Amino acid sequence: MKIKPVPVILAILAAATVLIYMRRPDRALSVLFVSKDYLLEMLFILPPVLILCGLFDAWVPKPTIERLLGEASGARGAAISLLLGTVAMGPLYAAFPIGKTLLDKGASLYNVAVFLCVWASIKIPMILFETKFLGAEFALLRLALTIPAILIISGLMKFLEARSLIYAQK
Amino acid sequence: MGFAAAIWGIAGAGLLLSWMKSREKTLAALWFFRRSFLSLAPSIVAIIWAIGFILTFLPADYVLRSIGPDTGLQGIVLAAVFGSVVLIPAFIAFPLAASFVRQGADIGAIAAFVTTLVMVGVLTAPLEAKFFGKNFALWRNSLSFVFALVIAFVMGAVLR
Repeated sequence: MKIKPVPVILAILAAATVLIYMRRPDRALSVLFVSKDYLLEMLFILPPVLILCGLFDAWVPKPTIERLLGEASGARGAAISLLLGTVAMGPLYAAFPIGKTLLDKGASLYNVAVFLCVWASIKIPMILFETKFLGAEFALLRLALTIPAILIISGLMKFLEARSLIYAQK
Repeated sequence: MGFAAAIWGIAGAGLLLSWMKSREKTLAALWFFRRSFLSLAPSIVAIIWAIGFILTFLPADYVLRSIGPDTGLQGIVLAAVFGSVVLIPAFIAFPLAASFVRQGADIGAIAAFVTTLVMVGVLTAPLEAKFFGKNFALWRNSLSFVFALVIAFVMGAVLR
């Protein structure tokens, strides 16, 4: 029988919360309040993202994505992924369903990895914010190092995928 | 909350437009939504509960304060580990990082913290694995961690 990890983890978390509540009720309540805030935020953001992914899945034909972002899309595909990741706003977990939908529609792993990493780390408002607080030198140097790092990371992901180290068979 | 409001608006408009063009495809989209949402819900609750623990018992200012000037390799690795684990929105993280720079924190360590904060998510990795598989999440996060360290060392050397 296969043990499902999520219910086990939930049970452990519940037990830990109860144990902490017996010693330090304030700490246990803090855990629950912090969690509640994050849960409300995620429940506010994920449904519309998943609806858009559903619409995308239903309407956009696979060959279109294969052509734009597939294995043969080359530098143009990488540029599109980079742009997609930069213009979008929102937390990284909102990018997961979008990246997965793109992957299922025929985008290459390289391009999806670029998209995810760029979404996570490069946002124009965020760069301005970083400049304001940590200085232009810091923000721009970090940006200049992050872009090649993302391309190398994605290249390594592609290398691992080709050796079946990411998906067992494809 | 600008992002959430915008995305609700776009999703609503998209559904309306889709419904007018094809009921069948719209229903398919809604089924896609239902299926993915239900399969995600338990993991999301577990991840968020764990986030509650981490944010309660590992306050950001406490850990960042323990990274002083010239802590070198140790400071950079500690800051990178911390940045990987916590989830702080950028509008809190950057002012916080700036205040520690003023207090004399190592600039390389601050770079490590900021870079891993955005690129590496230990807490969101289970969710990432649910979408892309365990190996994908493991490799993307570990490679990002290694490159964040590289970025931090370069920045520490250049800006010191």
